Amino acid sequence: MTSSELLAAVAARELAGRHTVFAGIGLPTLAASLAHLTVAPDLEIVYESGVCGAHPSHLPETIADSVLITGAEAVLPMASLFGYVLQGGHIDVGFLGAAQIDKWGNLNSSAIGDWHRPDVRLPGSGGALEVMANAREVFVVMRRHTPRSFTEQLDFCTSPGPDRALAEGVRPLGAGVTRVITDLGVLARAGAGEELQLAAVHPGVTVDEVRAATGWDLKAADRVGTVEPPTAAELRLLREHIDPHRVYLR
Amino acid sequence: MGPDDPPAPIAEPRPAPARSNRDKTMSMREAVASFVRDGDTVALEGFTHLIPTAAGHEIIRQGRRGLTVVRMTADIVVDQMLAAGCVAKLVSSFVGNSSAGSLGELRRRIERADPEPLTFEEYSHHGMLCRYLAGAQRLPFYPLRSYAGSDLPAVNPALRKVTSPYPGPDGRPEQVYVVPPVNPDVTIVHAQRADRRGNTQVWGLTGVQAEAVYAARTAVVVVEELVDDDVVRSDPNRTLVPAHAVDAVVVCPRGAHPSFAQGYYDRDNAFYRAWSHISKDPARLQAWLDEWVHGTRDHAEYVARLGEQRRSELAVGEALSVPVNYGRRL
Repeated sequence: MTSSELLAAVAARELAGRHTVFAGIGLPTLAASLAHLTVAPDLEIVYESGVCGAHPSHLPETIADSVLITGAEAVLPMASLFGYVLQGGHIDVGFLGAAQIDKWGNLNSSAIGDWHRPDVRLPGSGGALEVMANAREVFVVMRRHTPRSFTEQLDFCTSPGPDRALAEGVRPLGAGVTRVITDLGVLARAGAGEELQLAAVHPGVTVDEVRAATGWDLKAADRVGTVEPPTAAELRLLREHIDPHRVYLR
Repeated sequence: MGPDDPPAPIAEPRPAPARSNRDKTMSMREAVASFVRDGDTVALEGFTHLIPTAAGHEIIRQGRRGLTVVRMTADIVVDQMLAAGCVAKLVSSFVGNSSAGSLGELRRRIERADPEPLTFEEYSHHGMLCRYLAGAQRLPFYPLRSYAGSDLPAVNPALRKVTSPYPGPDGRPEQVYVVPPVNPDVTIVHAQRADRRGNTQVWGLTGVQAEAVYAARTAVVVVEELVDDDVVRSDPNRTLVPAHAVDAVVVCPRGAHPSFAQGYYDRDNAFYRAWSHISKDPARLQAWLDEWVHGTRDHAEYVARLGEQRRSELAVGEALSVPVNYGRRL
């Protein structure tokens, strides 16, 4: 089993009962596709490109792959996607990635170092800021749990969670980051005012290992669970139906 | 510059020019020569689909300098225009090579001012979209529920907060961020087809093509094919940009390569991946520009150089929509 299979299967289970998910290509799409076939049969994936209800003939390579458009249920202009769908509050879960995350679930995808003269210029927000502000919840998938990426102090806050917005007197629609799924385990928080806590570890990983890999003083839940490894059925769906050519299951 | 200083000067909104109902077709060379001047603010739009690459290449060939480029997803064509020395300022909400890697020239310019600094005005996607919406409607600003708590307003003083004149859901005054309008000197978009006067039809991802065109003082539409008026009028709902908003129509098949045109050709994913390597090395990037842009007279030569093999790899099959009945009075 690869780490991608593990992350996709764990993220998929977290989508149980959800209806609309805003996802990029890669792990989030694998997770959403698996959830659709297992715990969330009503799940609809909305892509940043404006595609809703895609029925792709091939595994898409980008959020704008032509196979997502042909046969889709709807293709919306950007103004409808960002204005009505996202800001209008129609997204249950948004998937985001980031170079850095802090204990409140604030995200940096703009720059490492000083924004004005960065060590590394990253792509920036795209629609991440809007997903964070408007989706009911945000799931973050991080392939590598390291102190550099799980940091006490972001170099730059691109997409703020609700605590930073509230400090400015603005109440965002959503709860911000509620789940962070990593190669070591799952961090969770309910919403504003709560730090991310260690909720579960993968089999063979200890609480101390996760704490050592986290750049802030990570608190553990009263009872830290152990993540149930992907079942044979989940792995079969991922390998045979969702990504048979192993494009993302690396 | 702090958030309390006056915002950067904003282009004075002007009414859109009156346009005659004439044949607006012209060559890409003529369109760029007529509508893109040194120092202009140029919007190039196409959200991963219908990216006006051929127009960007012609701007490079004609040696434009000091441009402010406005583009939501600044990707390969922007990296190429940067490397050719056309761009002084970039206004964008995503500066990456899709999910395929980095933009080498953009990173050198921003990270090390190499070979020269680049002024970068950073937004989120919805922020850029709202700038086009404000620009298209000649509004002084546009509100959106983003940016509260972000560090972006600290580095981009154009992001400002106002108090809504209406009470919020809790009955108290509500604070909301706003963005200023953008009114590009020229917007260039790619599309599938248009008639001679510029009635432009788009399907698949429609992105911000209409908003970017209406926001601009002048607009150039680049199309895969020119069609008869009857074709357009057989499906008027497909017209995303009507002729009254268009100044020039340029016919340029495969003008969006390496992006795609739904129903015409697919995205050249291999080239997106290759660009990360090409752009990483400044000498290799300049050699690429010499061969593919400076070394071709126009986009037709660029397409010929792609070769039959590459073109056939990007071919798409047919998936026709079922015609709708508009009805006619009996």
